[in-house]
Amino acid sequence: MKEILLKNARIVDPARQLDVKGDLGIADGKIAAPGKLAKPEVIDLAGKTVVPGFIDVHVHLRQPGNTNAETIKTGCMAAAAGGFTSIVAMPNTKPAADNAGAIELLRSIAAREGVVRVLPCGCMTNGGAGEEMAPIGSLKSAGVVALSDDGRCIQNHALMRHVVEYAKYFELPILDHCEDVALAAGGVMHEGKWSVLLGMNGISSASEELMIARNILLAKQIQWKIHMQHVSTRGGVELLREARKRGIMVTGEATPHHLTLTDECVKHFDTNYKMNPPLRSEDDRQAVIEGIVDGTLSVIATDHAPHTRTAKLVEFDNAPFGIIGLETAFALCYTELVASGRMPLIDLVARMTTGPAAVLGIADYSLAEGNVADLTVLDLDQKYEIDPATFFSQARNTPFGGRAVAGKVAMTLVGGKVVYAGK
Amino acid sequence: MQWNRKDLLELYDLAPEEIELILDTAAEFKKVSQRRVKKVPALRGKTVVNFFVEPSTRTRVSFELAEQRLSADIVNVQASASSLLKGESLLDTIKNIEALQVDLVVMRHSAPGAQAFIARHLNCGVINAGDGAHGHPTQALLDIFTIREKLGRIKGLNVTIIGDILHSRVARSNMWGLLKLGANVTFAGPSTLVPREFEEVGVRVTNNLEEAVAGADVVNMLRIQHERQTLGFFPSTGEYSRFYGLKEETLKRMKSNVLVMHPGPINRDVELASSVADGDNSVILEQVTNGLAVRMAVLYLVAGCVKK
Repeated sequence: MKEILLKNARIVDPARQLDVKGDLGIADGKIAAPGKLAKPEVIDLAGKTVVPGFIDVHVHLRQPGNTNAETIKTGCMAAAAGGFTSIVAMPNTKPAADNAGAIELLRSIAAREGVVRVLPCGCMTNGGAGEEMAPIGSLKSAGVVALSDDGRCIQNHALMRHVVEYAKYFELPILDHCEDVALAAGGVMHEGKWSVLLGMNGISSASEELMIARNILLAKQIQWKIHMQHVSTRGGVELLREARKRGIMVTGEATPHHLTLTDECVKHFDTNYKMNPPLRSEDDRQAVIEGIVDGTLSVIATDHAPHTRTAKLVEFDNAPFGIIGLETAFALCYTELVASGRMPLIDLVARMTTGPAAVLGIADYSLAEGNVADLTVLDLDQKYEIDPATFFSQARNTPFGGRAVAGKVAMTLVGGKVVYAGK
Repeated sequence: MQWNRKDLLELYDLAPEEIELILDTAAEFKKVSQRRVKKVPALRGKTVVNFFVEPSTRTRVSFELAEQRLSADIVNVQASASSLLKGESLLDTIKNIEALQVDLVVMRHSAPGAQAFIARHLNCGVINAGDGAHGHPTQALLDIFTIREKLGRIKGLNVTIIGDILHSRVARSNMWGLLKLGANVTFAGPSTLVPREFEEVGVRVTNNLEEAVAGADVVNMLRIQHERQTLGFFPSTGEYSRFYGLKEETLKRMKSNVLVMHPGPINRDVELASSVADGDNSVILEQVTNGLAVRMAVLYLVAGCVKK
């Protein structure tokens, strides 16, 4: 029985509202009382912080279909380096994960090659095309933890209603990319001052808010969980705040890039600032931060979207949407939100652990004894510049290269096994 | 003032002095086109590629003639004939062209920022001949040149641009150039086609034609594209013409020496009454003439900064 003793750490555990100095034991892949360990390997974590392993409910692994950009293996390594012990794999692969066979393939490759837990997500509709309901029951039997047509949004409200109703029986939460396609048509960046000055087609805030409102109404009627992916506008945050106050089963996530960047970044036509939803205005950014601070948005998720250099090295209009985020998420959020004094560390950790766990219906996600030893060790004092050359991800499409940040992931353990031990 | 840019991408990037240097240089080149022998050896031995990924007649002809009058060697590449159709990336296509020891690429493209993107990866010079709705710097320069030539200055003038501002690279480039040189800029047209956000950089925005032209020293009428109607931006060209077309009776209420401009091609009797287009206040054909001089100036200045 492998035993580890993590000594002298600061232990931050949101589920139990703990922020204490102490030791943490691991035995047989589970968290154990330090006193009960017989002959543990001792790791001195003086000056370091131990938290439950981060969960990312929004990751694109690109396998099958685009393994030039990322594979399950490299995506998992990137996750481990970012402190994530569980990641939800979006189903918009090629072909899409809209059937039990695709889920079984994902699970078998992940079991063989993945260093973190890969939680499969299935399509809501066949091919993610928004036309016919996918075999949701079979997907559940094959092991999906959620449903999503991410990258696309079901435009037919009646079909969406049926999907949510049907998914409720199978207890699968809906993760929805909220976008009215007609309103967003042809858009490549946020519609606002900068799209107007640059002469680019805009994606209006209303195109996102309209579908958030639709989902709130459906969640209320059906009484089932709809999670809004990458909320990026002030209006979206306000809709969610009001709905959650009224007890409707809706949640929302923010990405690190929407917390740190704005549409002005687009002015040099660098395609690493092209994502959907787009970078919004400074006012929207502040609203998203407020949402994360007050818990309206209970989840930070990366929308890790790998693309090859070739795919991104084109005219802005023609570039694919998305940037990678697993290996920069914690440092960006810690620097922007905690080091700046806007929220305590324990709340940021909650947005990356208990928040996403609640969306997926995982109970008691904490460092309590007996729980699986998925945990992350952080070196909060380390200041550095982000260097994409050091990434484990196969992709390099990040706008954050060279950005000064604080807070480094020092070690990641999955089931008591060290899967990442710093660089 | 010395020119030190290998690319002309957008007037937004330029200092007022740089814009004036182009205008002064153009004034010299304008004289060349009035001589019996309309040619100077300024670009002899230089190779210019006109790379048009979007259809264009007047801009391409203007650039070609400007290049010929500067004695450059010219190659014209049309998108339809280029390898872009075979799936080659824009950057690879342009890098291949550059590898043939080309000095300058004049490019038109439908994507905003396409020239800025390729210029970052090239040693040869890049001149923007229009990038989507983003910019059309040589058109703005020839408009500003024409205004300065006719009215003697730019500073303090009231310049009104009317039409589909939302989709207009001409409006945007004019705006940056005119604001930098101290003009007062007004944008006017239907509320669906004139974003209020332009007020944030100091443009006056109105949806009322009478208000837009009152006190104007220059009115620049933009072409209204039928395609915008089918996309639902306005009900019909007839209604557009009724509310935003420039007609004789409106002209009579304006300053007697107001300049009427149009970047072409004109929809006669839609945005501009034929009688106004051909009337005494119209400088539309002079704009075309000046375009040649302005493009000679830009080619000459930029070519001087391309390192070999």
